Amino acid sequence: MAPILDIQNLYKSYGSTEILKDINVSIEPGDFLVLVGPSGCGKSTLLNCIAGLEPISGGTLMIGGQDMNDVSPKDRDIAMVFQSYALYPTMSVAKNITFGMKVRGVDQATQDKKLAEVAQQLQIEPLLKRRPGQLSGGQRQRVAMGRALVRDPKLFLFDEPLSNLDAKLRVEMRTEIKALHQNLGASMVYVTHDQIEAMTLATKIVVMKGGVIQQIGTPAEIYNQPANLFVADFMGSPAMNLIPAKTRTDAAGTQLEIDRPGGAPIVLTDTRARDLPADVILGLRPEDIAEPGYRSGETVQQADCKVEIVEPAGADTYVVTTLGGKLVTARLHSDTQAAPGVNHTFAFDLGKVSYFVPETGERIA
Amino acid sequence: MTDVPYSPARQSSAGKVALRWGLYLILGIFAVYYLMPLFVMITTSLKSLEEIRTGDLVSLPREVTFDAWAKAWSGACTGIQCEGVRPYFWNSVLIAVPGVLISTLLGAVNGYVVAQWRFKGANVIFALMLFGCFIPFQVVLLPMARMLGLLGMAGTIPGLIFVHVIYGIGFTTLFFRNYYVTIPVELVKAAKVDGASFLRIFWSIFLPLSIPIIVVSVIWQFTQIWNDFLFGVSFSSAGTQPVTVALNNIVNSTTGVKEYNVDMAAAIIAALPTLLVYVVAGKYFIRGLTAGSVKG
Ligand SMILES: Nc1ncnc2c1ncn2[C@@H]1O[C@H](COP(=O)(O)OP(=O)(O)OP(=O)(O)O)[C@@H](O)[C@H]1O
Ligand SMILES: [Mg+2]
Repeated sequence: MAPILDIQNLYKSYGSTEILKDINVSIEPGDFLVLVGPSGCGKSTLLNCIAGLEPISGGTLMIGGQDMNDVSPKDRDIAMVFQSYALYPTMSVAKNITFGMKVRGVDQATQDKKLAEVAQQLQIEPLLKRRPGQLSGGQRQRVAMGRALVRDPKLFLFDEPLSNLDAKLRVEMRTEIKALHQNLGASMVYVTHDQIEAMTLATKIVVMKGGVIQQIGTPAEIYNQPANLFVADFMGSPAMNLIPAKTRTDAAGTQLEIDRPGGAPIVLTDTRARDLPADVILGLRPEDIAEPGYRSGETVQQADCKVEIVEPAGADTYVVTTLGGKLVTARLHSDTQAAPGVNHTFAFDLGKVSYFVPETGERIA
Repeated sequence: MTDVPYSPARQSSAGKVALRWGLYLILGIFAVYYLMPLFVMITTSLKSLEEIRTGDLVSLPREVTFDAWAKAWSGACTGIQCEGVRPYFWNSVLIAVPGVLISTLLGAVNGYVVAQWRFKGANVIFALMLFGCFIPFQVVLLPMARMLGLLGMAGTIPGLIFVHVIYGIGFTTLFFRNYYVTIPVELVKAAKVDGASFLRIFWSIFLPLSIPIIVVSVIWQFTQIWNDFLFGVSFSSAGTQPVTVALNNIVNSTTGVKEYNVDMAAAIIAALPTLLVYVVAGKYFIRGLTAGSVKG
C-alpha cells in the first residue's frame, strides 16, 4: 500500500531564508508520526506545507500516492489543529466545530451527532454556546481539537494540541488521542515539546533542528540509539549524560577513562566496544547509573563519585555528580543514602551506552 | 519630622480639584466658542426676517416661527426654480447611500485581499491605493469629467456615485486593510482546511468581525459624500445636483432681499444627516478607530 504521506527532498524558504532543508519523511497508513525539535526549527512550517497552506520551494509532497503540488488545502483530505487554535471569534463553540461540515454540505443530523460525540469526548458540552473569547486557553485548545476530530480525514495534523492543558487533562487527552489512533487507524502527524507525549504516542519520531532532520526512528531507537549529540541531549528528561572519555583497547575490551574531580580518573570497561577513537563522548541515560544493589550483570561497573546535588522527585531521586568536567545525573530510588558532599558508589550500566565523535557529534555505530 | 503641620496629601488633592475645574472651564469656553455659530444659525432660522433686521444677532427669537424652515425645504429659489432644497436633498440621499455602501463593500473586499491573501504585488497595490487617498480633488476633475463623458454618465446620479466610489476606495481599503492585518493569518488557514472558499471565508468569518470598522467606514464615507461640493458642482446637471450645490445656489441667488433665516434653515437641513450619523454611530466610530486586534 502506498504511504499516506511521502515527502521527498522538500525545501521551504521564506524569501532568501531557508527554513526547511532536504526533508525526507514517509508515513504508512496508521502511523503516528511525532515531530519534535527546539522552538523555531520549522515544525509548524512543515505542517503548513503538508496542509498546503504554504507553498513548498522544492521537492515533492505526496498524500495517498498523489502529488499534492497543485492540490488546495480543502482537497487534501486533512484536518489540522493549529498551535494558535485559530478559532473563529464570532462563532459559538458549536458553530466552530461544525463549520467544516457545514461548508462541505454534511446534513444537519450527522452534524449534530458528530458534534455531540466530540463534545462528550473532549468534555466541552457545557461550553457549546459560548464564543471562543469566553473560554480559557485549555478550553480553546479542546475546541480546536474538536474541530479536527469531527472530520474523518486521511491525515490528521496536530500542532502542539495539548500544550495548554493541565497535567491531568493532558494525560486524559493523550490517552484519548492514542485510542483514537488505535480505533480509527487514523494517520497522524503530531508536533509536541512534551517528551512523554512523544514517547507514548509515536510509532515514529522525527527529531528536527534548524530545519534539518536529525533522526527518524521508533521511540526506542531515538531513545536508545540517538544519531548524534543533539538528539541524545534533546530527547529524554533529564537529558542523557554526555561524558568526555579517553579510550584504551586491550584484551578485556575497551577501557574508558573518565576524569573525576579531586581524585584519580575512574575507569570503566566496555567488553563489547571495539575500534573507538582515542577521544569519545560517552552517552549514558540517568537510569543507567544506579545503586550497586539494584543493578548487576556483566555490563555493570562500579565507581565512587562525590555527590553534589540531591533532587528528590517522588518515586525517583536524581543525584548529580561531576564526571569528565560535566554534571552527570543518576536516577536512583527514593530511598537512596546519597547526600551532598559525600562519596557514593554508583553502578554504571554500559549495556545501553552510546558513543559519539566529539568533533562531529555523530554516533559511533 | 514628627510634627506634621499640614497634610501634603490633602493639599495636593485640593490642587487636583482646582486643576480639574480650571480644565473644565477652559474646555467649556472652547465648547461655547465652537457652538456659537450653530446657536446663531438655529436662532436666526427661527426668527422672522423683520426680527432679524431689527434685532440682535445673538439674541433669542422673540417669536419662534418655522416659516423659514418650510420655505427652505420646499419653496426657496435656486436660480430660476423655487422648490427649496427638497429635490436636491433626495439627490444627495440617492448619491450618498449607494456611494457609501458600494465603497465600503469594495473597501472591505480589497482590505481582506490585501491583508490576508498576500499575493505577489499586494503591497504595491496597497501603496498605490494609499497614494490615491492623497491626490487632491482638483487634480482628478478633468480626467474624471472626460471619463464620465466616455462612459455616458456625465451629469447623472450614477455618474456621481461612480466618482465617489472611486475616490472613496482608497480610504475604505485603508481602513479595512489595517483592521484585517491585526487578525491572525491562522484564521484563514483554518478555514481553508475546513474547506471554505475565498468568498465563504470573507462572508462567514471576516464580515461578522468587521462591525466596528464598517461603522467607521460608513461614517467617513457618508460625511465625505454628503458634504462634497466640488464633485457635486462639477459633475452634476440641472436635475441631479446634490444638496450642497443647491444650498450654495440658494444662498447666492441674488433675486429680492437676502433671507438669512431661510439660508440658515437650509444650511441646517443640509448638515442634519451627517450630524445624525455621528450622534447615532459616533460611539462606534471612536471604538472602531481605536479597536485593537481580535484575539480568538
Ligand atoms: N511567514 C514567515 N515568514 C518568514 N519566516 C517565517 C514565517 N513563518 C515562520 N518563519 C520562520 O521559520 C522558522 C520556523 O518557524 P516554525 O513556526 O515552523 O517553528 P516551530 O518549529 O513550529 O517553533 P515552535 O516550537 O516555537 O512552534 C522560524 O525561524 C520562523 O521565524
Ligand atoms: Mg510551531
